[in-house]
Amino acid sequence: MYTFSSKLKNLSLILMVLGALGIGVGFFTAPKNTKDVEAILAADSHGGHHAEAAHEAAPAHAAEAAHEATPAAHQEATPASDSTEEHVAEVSKDSNAVAAANVDSTVAKTEEHVAEELAKPSHEAEAKGHEVAEADEHAEHLTHVLHQLQNKPWAAFYVAALFFMLISLGVLAFYAIQHAAQAGWSPVLFRVMEAITAYLVPGAIIVYVVLVLSGLHLNHLFVWMDPAVVAEDKLLQGKQGYLNVPFFLIRAAIFMGGWIAYRHFSRKNGLALDQTNDLSYYKKNFKLSAGFLAFFLVSESMMSWDWIMSVDPHWFSTLFGWYVFASFVVSAVTVIALVTLYLKSRGYLEYVNNSHFHDLAKFMFGFSVFWTYLWFSQFMLIWYANIPEEVVYFKFRIEHYNLPFFGMVVMNFVFPILILINTDFKRVPWIISMAGLVILAGHYLDFHNMIYPATVGDQWFIGLSEISSIAFFAGLFIFVVFTALTKAPLLPKGNPLVEESKHFHY
Amino acid sequence: MSNKVIHALYNDDDVLMDAVKQTRKAHHHIEEIYTPFPVHGLDKAMGLAPTRIAICAFLYGLTGLSFGTWLMNNIMIHDWPQDIGGKPSFSYIQNMPSFVPIMFEETVFFAAHLMVITFYMRSKLWPFKVAENPDVRTTDDHFLMEVAVNNNESELTSFLESTGAVEVKVIEKH
Repeated sequence: MYTFSSKLKNLSLILMVLGALGIGVGFFTAPKNTKDVEAILAADSHGGHHAEAAHEAAPAHAAEAAHEATPAAHQEATPASDSTEEHVAEVSKDSNAVAAANVDSTVAKTEEHVAEELAKPSHEAEAKGHEVAEADEHAEHLTHVLHQLQNKPWAAFYVAALFFMLISLGVLAFYAIQHAAQAGWSPVLFRVMEAITAYLVPGAIIVYVVLVLSGLHLNHLFVWMDPAVVAEDKLLQGKQGYLNVPFFLIRAAIFMGGWIAYRHFSRKNGLALDQTNDLSYYKKNFKLSAGFLAFFLVSESMMSWDWIMSVDPHWFSTLFGWYVFASFVVSAVTVIALVTLYLKSRGYLEYVNNSHFHDLAKFMFGFSVFWTYLWFSQFMLIWYANIPEEVVYFKFRIEHYNLPFFGMVVMNFVFPILILINTDFKRVPWIISMAGLVILAGHYLDFHNMIYPATVGDQWFIGLSEISSIAFFAGLFIFVVFTALTKAPLLPKGNPLVEESKHFHY
Repeated sequence: MSNKVIHALYNDDDVLMDAVKQTRKAHHHIEEIYTPFPVHGLDKAMGLAPTRIAICAFLYGLTGLSFGTWLMNNIMIHDWPQDIGGKPSFSYIQNMPSFVPIMFEETVFFAAHLMVITFYMRSKLWPFKVAENPDVRTTDDHFLMEVAVNNNESELTSFLESTGAVEVKVIEKH
């Protein structure tokens, strides 16, 4: 039996308390009205020059507004509200290919020239209404930034909540695969996996609460939940049959209920198998796992549309569900490896040997490459075809999230592929831990990059709110997982494959 | 000086493994072992050095990646940077996503093929190569261990017979 070390328990409690404080401060310091925003913008590096700030922010605003108004409505609105030639040039550049942003100077000049020509006829007429339009736009811009800054602590909380809940879900899926595949190497790790999936219950409840609060309009994470936005947006009206709050919450409840039910019964059967040595429990778990995997495939895909893709309700991608799955399953395997390494180093897992770590590290390596494959497939197909309604998603990320967007590819692909390709390295605990921490950080960034651009826009920053949210959920995760580990012996004796697993070597 | 070896034949891989361990323990030099199929753990029991072919493959892969990158950069960016369907060809990085499938395939192609060729060369395999099989049964159901003789012929023969060999022959090698 495992006993929760008091040091680790204190660490988790400290993380939770500090995290909760930081989250509270994040919510408390979020701007309340546009005046606060004006002060924040003035203090910004734009130099406090109001006209300049408004002007500089305009192109960014153009791209961000995509989630609040339809792209079509927005593109009509922009030229009317802004009359400077440069801005028109910006817009025409905006509609270009992502990579063409840093197009060579001759081309840029020609473009500017063309834009000038185009702008001339309307130029004089608009010059009169120029000042009025600018003031209007300034106010609109402030409201927009206000919403983004108010979203920031929510988004930080939501990303961390989702990330840790999905890790737990990924472990559950991996666990079900091990059962359904009748894997001979992994039964000695079953109790570790079961303990990690114990986080699914509190984790899912917290995510569900955030979804309900969003449905009650306490934040602007999901723009399609705002009736005022939907009223002006034909695209969102068209999606109302699927994207409406009651159906959304019912779906979420069904998905989470299904996952938690599988978790509950498989654990129960596993413990009963230990006590009775009755193989009918083993067979039950086998069937249950196969059924769960079918349910999981469908629910996971829809979950990714609901909870992640719908923050960008104008955008869609068909392989998104798989992409999200790859992201959290690699994190999940990494967490299994890290928890196992920790327990082994404390002398709790007698039968876990280098070969088990080797296998886990191989899965970390393989799923990292799988994630990259899906990331690249999604990115490259959209980049290649460059259809405006799809490409805005990546265009905005590359412009405003350049470092996290490409940095995560380095962390999630280049780093693991170079470190974990070596057979000897895959058996060295500190190398697995180091690679694991980089992979986890990289996949947190991945979820950050999925949620933030649509909710916080270019006002993102990985600061107090984000780090506190991570700390809070990390603390809660550690607390729940290691408490669950104390509830049952770490070796599932009754499993018919456990003998093979004990002597597993590669 | 005669150049004698002993061929000890076994008909079970478990017996063979035990015999190998005993022979090594008795410090007799094993020249070669012939088996009809891979015997798991035989290389470890014989004390053979691990293969370095994976390292070769990694380096070949890097070669392929470099070749693919150079090829696309040379053709698409430097030699004739045409505008093909609006794809930006001002620098390599701008159009890189469309080169990735080629870079990937070149990497795999070089790694796989050069590794296989390396394997053939190192294990001296090629068409029309004369087979070096000392006993035809070793491709079917027998295992053969070849041990060098150093003026200890009778001692070695009886030792190998005691390890469970079904047949022990002294062979004059040329």
